[in-house]
Amino acid sequence: MKKTSVHPITLLFQTIQSLKEGLRLTFKHLFQAGNRRAPVGVMSDAYFKQPEGIVTTEYPHESIPLPDHGRYQLHNEISDCIVCDLCAKICPVNCIEIDPIKSPVEIGKTSDGSTKRIYAATFNIDMAKCMYCGLCTTVCPTECLTMTKEYDFSVYDVRELVFPFAELSPEEAAIKRKEVAELQEIEKAKKAAAAAAKASASTSDTEAPSAVTKPSVSKPVMGKPVIGKPVPPSTTDVVPPASESAASSDTPPSTPPKPAVNKPVMGKPIIKPSIPKPPTQTDTEGGSNV
Amino acid sequence: MRIQMFCINFVRMLALSIGLALILSYAVFVIYAERKVSAFVQDRLGPMETGPYGLLQTVADLIKLLQKEDIVPYGAHLWLFKAAPIIIFTAVFTGFACMPLAPELIGAPINVGVFFLLSIVSIDVLGVFIAGWSSNNKFSILGALRGIAQIVSYELPLTLAVLSVVLLSGTLNLEYINFQQHAHVTLLSDTTYFPWGDWTMKDAKAIGGIFTWNIIRYPFLIVSMCIFFIASLAECNRAPFDIPEGESELVSGFHTEYSGFRFAILFLAEYAMMLLVSLLLVVLFLGGTNTPFPNIGAVALCDWTSGTLGHWSSNAWGFFWLVSKAFGIVFLQMMMRWTYPRLRVDQLMLLCWKVLLPISLVMVLCSAYWVYWLKQ
Repeated sequence: MKKTSVHPITLLFQTIQSLKEGLRLTFKHLFQAGNRRAPVGVMSDAYFKQPEGIVTTEYPHESIPLPDHGRYQLHNEISDCIVCDLCAKICPVNCIEIDPIKSPVEIGKTSDGSTKRIYAATFNIDMAKCMYCGLCTTVCPTECLTMTKEYDFSVYDVRELVFPFAELSPEEAAIKRKEVAELQEIEKAKKAAAAAAKASASTSDTEAPSAVTKPSVSKPVMGKPVIGKPVPPSTTDVVPPASESAASSDTPPSTPPKPAVNKPVMGKPIIKPSIPKPPTQTDTEGGSNV
Repeated sequence: MRIQMFCINFVRMLALSIGLALILSYAVFVIYAERKVSAFVQDRLGPMETGPYGLLQTVADLIKLLQKEDIVPYGAHLWLFKAAPIIIFTAVFTGFACMPLAPELIGAPINVGVFFLLSIVSIDVLGVFIAGWSSNNKFSILGALRGIAQIVSYELPLTLAVLSVVLLSGTLNLEYINFQQHAHVTLLSDTTYFPWGDWTMKDAKAIGGIFTWNIIRYPFLIVSMCIFFIASLAECNRAPFDIPEGESELVSGFHTEYSGFRFAILFLAEYAMMLLVSLLLVVLFLGGTNTPFPNIGAVALCDWTSGTLGHWSSNAWGFFWLVSKAFGIVFLQMMMRWTYPRLRVDQLMLLCWKVLLPISLVMVLCSAYWVYWLKQ
């Protein structure tokens, strides 16, 4: 063992000195316990300027304010959603489940003017699976899918973490499906008739299409619109001529669901003012936000 | 005669229950205090949810502990395992018997009070060993071995520190030691041993307050007091001398296997031990039941804060001063725990045998010489 050159008496006094220093430190903190750090968020200048006092935030009673653009719970403003399925496609963990029903007619407009043509029978986001990457919010063409600053949504059963956003009740969805199926039947019949007409008579271009035109817009059927394809601009009137066979009648309609895809996507997510907030939470936050 | 005996026994049982209740409520209070002190030292809030400011947290914990199953590990020695907490607590609790709580509330009037107290508290180490050994657990036995080594070692400087006071006081009776420091009591032994030249004990007692405390009458006792305090920390297994428990290495040492009520008893014994050594320190060095305020001319602070002897006021004041001073020491013990890191085993032994023991021996010699010199 290496011998220290410090004299034992010196060592004794050094020890006493350092013991005193330690006590001084703890007593300093003890006497500062009257102060508490104000629960300010990172937005505040005071965030890094509170060197002393108790640091504890008594969470359920008070909380540190978050920036408006938090990256916590997902929220879908379904009235603005065109059910384009982009979010579900991009999601790395498949936490978004969408069951679309294509309506034969336009069902409304979103707040940014996009046309809505698909009902969402199901729009579930499983926050238990979500990894908070935020990809879905960046691909969302209408900015209806956003991340909110709501982070306290713990539940007793993990299945309760599946948040439903669809507005259709199951009964309504069933009705819509039925309608769509009927329309499809009608359309098929028309198609068949048209094809038969085409096959029998020599083609007069104007006639057959005019019959098909209307329904072709809403071309329906499939669950998933194909996303990879660049969308042809014209969705409305010009319908492939009758030169095509009846079998190929399904392909052109891959266009309809998304008029909005080509739209420039805005850089910044806008948090919709209509995001519901629990009133108590806001109250406490407001109170503690000194 | 029989009725008399019955009455005496009844009073004894009553005193026992009151004492037990006092210790229990003290433990509840002091565990809460310790949590708060540790929290404030670490810039936390401590318990806040159970009751206002978390006041009922300890009560809730006690209720939880009492509900728990009394588990005896497989392979443990059943009876020893079950008896150990009782031995430990009884040893500590018996120590309170000879403690003078107020001028007229003195527990057992034992002439060898200090000696009795130190001896009975030594049984504590027996309980620690039984607890550790009978648990059939490696952590327990290691903790117990360390505990024995520590407690037996630290009993020497502790006892020697007490001995220097006893030499100066000339008595082993805690009641007398207490009264010697009391402004309103004149004892036969008072006239001797007072150090400061022209001053007599009478002058000092006329002023009273802190000037009659042993620590002021014999200023060199401050060294003994420090030794007593350090050694008492080790006796209580308190940090920084908590290597018998050492959470980070031994789970929790000798009481690793205890659960429920028996664990609560061990916990209670630890905190009761803290109070006991604090009380002893106060009685030996810090004036016992006496006020710290002296009479300054017409401002008779000492008389005002002492009450009149024989009246209930003197008992109330005495109890108040004793307990508040002891709580001050307990608070210091807590601060030690939350300030200093745990000592290593070899450092612990080095501190005891190479530092505290020689110094305390010198202090005993000093006191002996002091007594000899003043007797001339």
